[in-house]
Amino acid sequence: MLTQRIIACLDVTAGRVVKGVQFVGLRDAGDPAELAERHVQGGADEIVFLDITATHEGRDTLLNAVQRTAERIFVPLTVGGGIRTLEDATRVFDAGADKISLNSAAITHPGLIEEIGARFGAQAVVVAIDARRKQPNQTEVVSPELAEVYINGGRKTTGKRVLDWAREAEQRGAGEILLTSMDADGTRNGFDCELTSAVGRAVQIPVIASGGAGTVDHFVDVFTRGHADAALAASIFHYGMTDARTLKEKLAAHGLSMRLPC
Amino acid sequence: MISTKVTVVDYRAGNLTSVCKALRALGCDPLVTDDPSTLSAAEKIILPGVGHFAATERLFQSGLAEAIQRRVAQGVPFLGICVGLQWIFRGSTEAPTVPGLNVFPELCERFPDTVKCPHVGWNSLEIVRPSRLLHGLDSGTHVYFTHSYRAPTIQATVATTNYAGDFSAVVEDGNWMAVQFHPEKSGPAGLKILQNFLELPAC
Repeated sequence: MLTQRIIACLDVTAGRVVKGVQFVGLRDAGDPAELAERHVQGGADEIVFLDITATHEGRDTLLNAVQRTAERIFVPLTVGGGIRTLEDATRVFDAGADKISLNSAAITHPGLIEEIGARFGAQAVVVAIDARRKQPNQTEVVSPELAEVYINGGRKTTGKRVLDWAREAEQRGAGEILLTSMDADGTRNGFDCELTSAVGRAVQIPVIASGGAGTVDHFVDVFTRGHADAALAASIFHYGMTDARTLKEKLAAHGLSMRLPC
Repeated sequence: MISTKVTVVDYRAGNLTSVCKALRALGCDPLVTDDPSTLSAAEKIILPGVGHFAATERLFQSGLAEAIQRRVAQGVPFLGICVGLQWIFRGSTEAPTVPGLNVFPELCERFPDTVKCPHVGWNSLEIVRPSRLLHGLDSGTHVYFTHSYRAPTIQATVATTNYAGDFSAVVEDGNWMAVQFHPEKSGPAGLKILQNFLELPAC
């Protein structure tokens, strides 16, 4: 039986892992390769690196971290952030990534999805969507159908609807959708299950839910009500609040299908 | 250090870095080649491959297909991974005009619309008979898949996986061996499978 995946995400800037709340207030959390290995030993099914600054100098540091990580972990490794061309993607794959995740660049240059897919296979292209249902400092929450896609680390709206963009990404050959709720991200108040479920119904490809993980119940919710194929979290693992194995054992006890032992 | 000369066939289908890193972690130093003549010295052949079945066309055009066939007939173990498994079947509906090697005469087909496609993630193996490749592994072991097309269950199937029905996760017939999942991305279980392959007697 296909299991539901628990993915540990590491936000990386200048070669260090950091974690913030809604993309601001970053705190240092350690060395990427070291943390990735610890997460895999802790039972994570996959690792995602997101280069959240993606500056020129930061790039080489990141590639170095990818290389060191890929030498020690043997589960899928996805790298996102700052991939704007086929050449950028090639460098990341050559360093040892199994998948790349495209965010802003896929919006401004959607042909990139096909281009990278043609060279490395569609399964290697994850399209990351940063979604908002609520304007900052506002209380009104719109329906999933009206959720909007944001780019540039959540700073800029695109005017695109999340469901339309997810469908387009699929048609262009994306292998998976990584859906981050900007409203929930960093709050530890739970995933946006309504939005995750709506995107899952809109496409045939797997949907990874991200943003808001705080408790075991949040994961149960996103896999049952949200019908997520995978759930991604960062801070709950970093600071030792739990490890993926403990989380997966608890989820299995709720009747979810997990990779155990792991 | 494993002294066997492992040759990884490069036919520009995806990314060989992960496979090579896993082989190196097991103490072997793989030779990556797209040159058919170097295969004549290979003691083990690994054919990875991700992406579209049409990319395998290059194997016939370049003479690699013939070289692989000749070397395996001489007793060299072959391991196909992902599209590398599908290629040793007759072909795939993904690219109907591109022939496979036809070691197995069946056809690979896309998953039905009733399930999410591609099939991505960790799924379990059901071992249906003993094999050299899966030595030391038990049914229920999880391995990492990512694919949209699958091979049917056949006589040579040694392990199946269920996703909208059973399909061939591992096939083994003499020196022809192949896995649909990615052993290089399947944690300790995957490394064990690669190690089993590396430890097979070379001819």
